[in-house]
Amino acid sequence: MKTTPDNSGDVRLSGISKTYGSFTAVHPLDLTVPEGSFFALLGASGCGKTTTLRMIAGLEEPTTGTVRLGDQDVTHLPPYKRPVNTVFQSYALFPHLDIFENVAFGLRRRGIKSVKKQVEEMLELVQLGEQARKKPHQLSGGQQQRVAVARALINHPRVLLLDEPLGALDLKLRRQMQLELKRIQTEVGITFVHVTHDQEEAMTMADTVAVMNGGRVEQLGAPADLYENPRTTFVANFLGTSNLIEAEVGTRSGDDIVLKAGDGKLVLPGARCTAPTTAGGKVLVGIRPEKISLTHADDAGEIPAGRNRLTGKIADASFIGVSTQYVIDSPVCAGLSVYVQNVERDGRLVPGADVVLHWSPAHTFALDAAQAIDAGTEEEVAA
Amino acid sequence: MPFLNWLKRRLVVIAGLLTLAYLLLPNIIVTVFSFNKPKGRFNYEWQRFSADAWKDPCGVADMCGSLSLSLQIAVWATVGATVLGTMISFALVRYRFRARGAVNSLIFLPMAMPEVVMAASLLTLFLNMGAQLGFWTILIAHIMFCLSFVVTAVKARVMSMDPRLEEAARDLYAGPVQTFLRVTLPIAAPGIAAGALLSFALSFDDFIITNFNAGSTVTFPMFVWGSAQRGTPVQINVIGTAMFLLAVLFVLFAMVLGNRRNKQKA
Amino acid sequence: MSTLTEAPPPLGPAAPEEKPPRRRGRFTPYWLLLPGMLWLIVFFALPMVYQASTSVQQGSLEQGYKVTWHFATYWDALNAYWPQFLRSVCYAAAATVLCLLLGYPLAYLIAFRAGRWRNLIMILVIAPFFTSFLIRTLAWKTILADNGPVVHALNTLHVLDLTGWLGWTAGDRVLATPLAVVCGLTYNFLPFMILPLYTSLERIDGRLHEAAGDLYARPWTTFRKVTFPLSMPGVVSGTLLTFIPAAGDYVNAELLGSTDTRMIGNVIQTQFLRVLDYPTAAALSFILMAAILAMVTLYIRRSGTEDLV
Repeated sequence: MKTTPDNSGDVRLSGISKTYGSFTAVHPLDLTVPEGSFFALLGASGCGKTTTLRMIAGLEEPTTGTVRLGDQDVTHLPPYKRPVNTVFQSYALFPHLDIFENVAFGLRRRGIKSVKKQVEEMLELVQLGEQARKKPHQLSGGQQQRVAVARALINHPRVLLLDEPLGALDLKLRRQMQLELKRIQTEVGITFVHVTHDQEEAMTMADTVAVMNGGRVEQLGAPADLYENPRTTFVANFLGTSNLIEAEVGTRSGDDIVLKAGDGKLVLPGARCTAPTTAGGKVLVGIRPEKISLTHADDAGEIPAGRNRLTGKIADASFIGVSTQYVIDSPVCAGLSVYVQNVERDGRLVPGADVVLHWSPAHTFALDAAQAIDAGTEEEVAA
Repeated sequence: MPFLNWLKRRLVVIAGLLTLAYLLLPNIIVTVFSFNKPKGRFNYEWQRFSADAWKDPCGVADMCGSLSLSLQIAVWATVGATVLGTMISFALVRYRFRARGAVNSLIFLPMAMPEVVMAASLLTLFLNMGAQLGFWTILIAHIMFCLSFVVTAVKARVMSMDPRLEEAARDLYAGPVQTFLRVTLPIAAPGIAAGALLSFALSFDDFIITNFNAGSTVTFPMFVWGSAQRGTPVQINVIGTAMFLLAVLFVLFAMVLGNRRNKQKA
Repeated sequence: MSTLTEAPPPLGPAAPEEKPPRRRGRFTPYWLLLPGMLWLIVFFALPMVYQASTSVQQGSLEQGYKVTWHFATYWDALNAYWPQFLRSVCYAAAATVLCLLLGYPLAYLIAFRAGRWRNLIMILVIAPFFTSFLIRTLAWKTILADNGPVVHALNTLHVLDLTGWLGWTAGDRVLATPLAVVCGLTYNFLPFMILPLYTSLERIDGRLHEAAGDLYARPWTTFRKVTFPLSMPGVVSGTLLTFIPAAGDYVNAELLGSTDTRMIGNVIQTQFLRVLDYPTAAALSFILMAAILAMVTLYIRRSGTEDLV
């Protein structure tokens, strides 16, 4: 179903920015979306992700910079002259047209006379063949969403833009539609650029995720890479949860760096530190909650040597089935999160118990301490 | 006291229905008296049943002529006010521009002005310009006072319209003209229709402004006014009843049509 | 790195996702506005200027009029016609209050209690519009006729004695009295009260009534504390839409009243179309306009609803 014979179908944004009066929605930004990939722009509301998408669609004109599709400069083309289609937030289905006419809209505007076969095929693809003559308001949210996808895809765009396409659906349907969209993308092989504020959605669906914050791209990479190797506190906190502990840089031993946190010392691989490591400088040590093991203080002797360890007291424990989530106050850092799989539960791990937290140094990462430690957490985003 | 309780719970319904009766009573009288055979020149007292007026609705000199004149003026005033008003509404909702406040006040003021004031001042203008009073001066006046009502009706509809719909159209290869014709206009249509209907009713029924600016031209309301002095023919009631029935039938028909369409699609 | 952690500025321009679309073409709005605005300026605003100028002119029909800044016309007009002014305000106020009292239950009925009859009742409220209001007003002559059942009933119940004592009616008649004029005004402008009331009542979420009931409010308290305050926009625009045209009306006073019930509209009409004393007529109409604008502005300020249009 690919419409471009050559392989130069990449979307290239070079130096594009957008300002409204004195407010900068998007800072100058370079981004390349490879052809055929599923690309996600992830960020909280107001971070500039939708503006970036609208500039690709042609609905906003960039203040500076260029938008290229393959080798064609489309920066100043109006949206109706771009080989790009959008699935809008809350779908924007035409309420006065039935499903068939909604899907046929783009074809008819391009002067294509016999649309029946194509529309029917497209409705089959999204499993809505039966609903062709209904009006949008007669369909459920999930069905409307599929109409929006069909209406855009039937035009064989070079790039399909999705603006929070699943935002209006409930959780269960959202999971189902994530898989559905992924299936459609694999089937048609068109480049998808997907805007979302839901980090799970971005990680489930996309090959590449760009995390945006304050009008800039904070980090770009494959979902697993972003999760394991965040380079800023924003990414560390926005994608999942991170425990960030302030520490002082000590000595280097081989490839490893030894850090001082409170009285204890922590080790991490030098390659996993993005911060400057002059001795005596500050860094933020990061560790994901599920990487930490908990051992009751009485059994501290059984912990294998060579692991990073911290002592603490359980402040709170919530049982959520698959795992138990603990909040632990440690002398070096209060409110650490630890997720423990419920394989063999230790009955002594209740609030008030003294515990030792320990993990493999390889799972540790370190970030520049000159950033706000709570960037990207829910509290910070809400404020 | 079960009866008092029953009354208490239905007090609103009873009061509302009484108001409705108050609203409809004159229409019932108009209808009943269209079958009257009055003794003198005035049709205010019931004498005896007769369908004469229904058999010969245009049997009164000049009445049907004034009716057709009123219809013509109403149609043209509706067209004029709807086109101009719709343009203003789109400008107000979809664009930012200077002097927005001034535009809004100029639209609000005609609605906040007693008709007699507008009528008198417009006549002053026409007299000063030496304009010939008649069809054209009536039409000008009607477009003027209908305009604000169209703007109000259309604006409400366009404001509630999702701007993403137009973006979606442009995204789907519709140029500006196509977007307007295929998406904006059909979705704004109910608002425009409401404004047009209101214009028609206001223009057709207007007496005060017309009375000042008509010169010797006689519209249907002016004919009725004149007949209140000279003698009211039964045919006036025939026309009134027919208009009422036509309006109710028209709306009922539109509703049944809408319902059936919805059911078919469901 | 400090910019990374800056929270996006709150609202205002900070939410580009919510912005209305910007259109290309800087002059498009002006072209759209031009014809309609020109119409209103030439045929609404300009006439007001002409009228203002006429009101300070002196002269006669035969010799023509000249601007002499003769402001005494205003004084003379007020002196001569203040009873009609006062009467207009009183009649219009009475009609407005009656419209509110009669219209509210019906609007409430349509909004909350009508169920499947809602559309039918709505049609019945609007449909009379399509019969000329002059014909319908003339029908009141029949309803209130001296020997008709209404007057007979009121007489038997001695209501006419009471209203007569109050000065609302005279003798055994209702026609040609203030009561008849106010009754006609109320009837004519009632739909203008009901429609805005209905619009604002219909917007009220039915669950608010349940919530109020759940929080120990009796039906009447629910109405006073929840329903009525939420319907205020409708009350304000309804009363304005009733009061303004009622204050300038002269049809009801002419058809249902007598020389003792003449309103200011009647005077303006007579001066303009029969006596042809243009300066006095212009001055009267100017005073009426100023008085109504002042009252409306004051009223809107006090009720705090500015979004009437």
